[in-house]
Amino acid sequence: MSGVLALLGGPRSAALHLGLIAVLAVLQFVLAEYHHIAMSRILVLACFAIGFNIAFGYTGLLSLGHALFFGAGMYGAGLAAQFLAVAGPGAFLIGLAAAIATTLIAGAIALRTAGVSFMIVTLMFAQAGYLTVYYFGAYTRGDEGFVVDATMRTLFGLALNDATVRYWIALALFAVCLVGALAVARSGLGRVLVAIRENEERARMLGYDVYRYKLTALVISGAMAGAAGAAYGLLFGYVGASFASIQYSILPLLWVLMGGAGVVLGPFLGTLAMFYLIDLTSGVTTAYLLVVGLALIALILFFPKGILGTLREKLGARGASWLP
Amino acid sequence: MAETRDRRDKRTAAAGTPRGKKPAKTGGAGGLSRRGVLAGLGGAAALTAAPGFVRYSQAQSSAPIKIGFQVHRTGIGAAYGRWYDRTTQAAVKLINEAGGINGRPVEIVAEDDGTDPKRGSEVVEKFATQHGCDIAFGTLFSHVVIGSAPRAGELKIPYFVVSEGHHVASGMLNRYTLQPGITDVKSQVIAMAPWISQNLGKKVTMIFPDFAFGHNHRDFFTEAIAAQGGEVIERIAIPPTESNFFKYFPRIPRETEVLYHVMVGPGVLTFVKEMGEFYGSNRPEIFGFIDSLEAVAIDNPGLEFLDGTYFWEGMPRHAQADQTAYDKFYREAVGVNARGASVDDPKDISTYAHMFGCWETLYIVKKGMEACDYKGPESRAALIEAVEAMSDMPAGMAHPQGAKLFNGKTHQVFGHQHISAVRGSDLVTVHTTSIEDGLYPDEVDYTTQSL
Repeated sequence: MSGVLALLGGPRSAALHLGLIAVLAVLQFVLAEYHHIAMSRILVLACFAIGFNIAFGYTGLLSLGHALFFGAGMYGAGLAAQFLAVAGPGAFLIGLAAAIATTLIAGAIALRTAGVSFMIVTLMFAQAGYLTVYYFGAYTRGDEGFVVDATMRTLFGLALNDATVRYWIALALFAVCLVGALAVARSGLGRVLVAIRENEERARMLGYDVYRYKLTALVISGAMAGAAGAAYGLLFGYVGASFASIQYSILPLLWVLMGGAGVVLGPFLGTLAMFYLIDLTSGVTTAYLLVVGLALIALILFFPKGILGTLREKLGARGASWLP
Repeated sequence: MAETRDRRDKRTAAAGTPRGKKPAKTGGAGGLSRRGVLAGLGGAAALTAAPGFVRYSQAQSSAPIKIGFQVHRTGIGAAYGRWYDRTTQAAVKLINEAGGINGRPVEIVAEDDGTDPKRGSEVVEKFATQHGCDIAFGTLFSHVVIGSAPRAGELKIPYFVVSEGHHVASGMLNRYTLQPGITDVKSQVIAMAPWISQNLGKKVTMIFPDFAFGHNHRDFFTEAIAAQGGEVIERIAIPPTESNFFKYFPRIPRETEVLYHVMVGPGVLTFVKEMGEFYGSNRPEIFGFIDSLEAVAIDNPGLEFLDGTYFWEGMPRHAQADQTAYDKFYREAVGVNARGASVDDPKDISTYAHMFGCWETLYIVKKGMEACDYKGPESRAALIEAVEAMSDMPAGMAHPQGAKLFNGKTHQVFGHQHISAVRGSDLVTVHTTSIEDGLYPDEVDYTTQSL
């Protein structure tokens, strides 16, 4: 028990994170229909952001190519369902495998660079992936994308187009990613990743194989992004090139920056806040993107480490015990 | 979600009985006590006086019919979205002035989809589950339609698109998605081929964007021109990120008789300019789709090279000498002058070849709702069936673009197409196809899907 608690960051951290999962499980019974659907989307996309946070928040790898991993998962699952008639669980696993393989290949090359070069190389990989979707337009339908057949969108006999099933699956995936990220953050691996983020040369001097650790972090990150992509395609029934575009490399960065980089709960809060910021402001003004921009500027001014990152800093040791 | 809705219904039902009060006793089987009847009448009177009940009563009679308008306000489709919006508002104003639909006013609930399929599907969900819209309507870009349609089908909200994509008639979508206000690209291309082969030439080189829209043209036109005894001798796909077109022109074979182009996006002006520089005065016949130049003035500097070339137009942008009374009426209602520009700003060019689809779709929705005596979301399935039952749509104020033929099985409408020649700074219609020119065999029967 104490081992599990330690893995979850102590009693406070365990209570907060498991409590959030429990609250989300209960929340679906009281949420209005629209917010119920929206929360399913947010939970899946939060997995993407949690994955990004492992690379960026904990390891200091600022990737501009995560759309490639999200897209690999989505297309892996979608194409398997479409052309191989592989339904839910199989398609999801194929998507996940595609994302892991893509991350391994892209990561093994991109990690030979660092800093700005790493950003550019990952961006180029993602752009190549995006154009690959167009190149194989006969299968992917390029920019138009394709609808995943409803008969393929099942999981152990449950229809994924049912809102309740969708919510439970999104929540289960989110719980796995959140607890997984928490475990990584609290593990020896997580501490080495933070050491690399803080001072790569010192970590290398201490004898750590920095390249191997960074690749491990990137693969975990890419796997979560790919799992989110595969789940998104199967749960919402559409696979399209826009999900592999540069926009989907920038979005997880914004979500993580908003919620708090290097905080396990940060990506979820950022994804949630950004979704509702757009959703609510777009109902009030057509200049909602301007409002989003102003909100991001305000965030940088008043919450330079993101909402939860700044909060953790202000709370000192107490904050660290709640928010690993 | 059905469970959640059930729970909510139960909560609402429970709210009718004040907590802690025992139910009134009745006088036994079939009999009612005087006190019970009085209490019941009193309770009913109190309920009727309550604000909630008043709203409910009105909902049955005069509450507006809410149409969720999925509009491209931002993103690549913004120019189209602006004019789709104006056309929609103009049509709704007229419909309301004429008494609305089934005596109820029509209210447009507009939400920007950012021309993005993810946001598009969220907007459809918002219409269905938050705004309480009766239908969703008005989407143009194919990827937004394809991304949103599965959610519309799952939420069982009729989704009337104005997209001209072949995705509806191809069978890719579902029974809740319909396109009754604008023809699809396959029909347009098939209808063009006979005139091109008879008047411009049989050896065609195609230049098209290397994505689905371009591929549709490539595939459908190659087939259609072959059926006319013609041939596509070269297909030049331009990558979506391309901004320099000069290097592609040497690939055009010398024996090309017709150059068929369907470029779209911000690079169009550069494309035309560079094509002019490449050919000079010695060029083959050129045929394009006005999609390339929607919202762009035909007399824009740099487009002089297009003089003497031909365009497909869904509806002629420039008022023609034989302009119909319907076109005149529609133009005035939307606020478009004889050159296809806004009456308030002559530099603001409309997307005239497409936006009529919004107008016509709204009148079809009106007709469908009246035919099925639409009451509310519970009548959505009846509305789908009512529209599926439509076929001939005569030209008129409701169909200013011209007569149409709707195919209830494929959920796709067919209509006349126009070919216009660029003469100086004018677009002059030189040919109008028959509806039959654009017909093709059914690829789906949506009526076999359950509602």
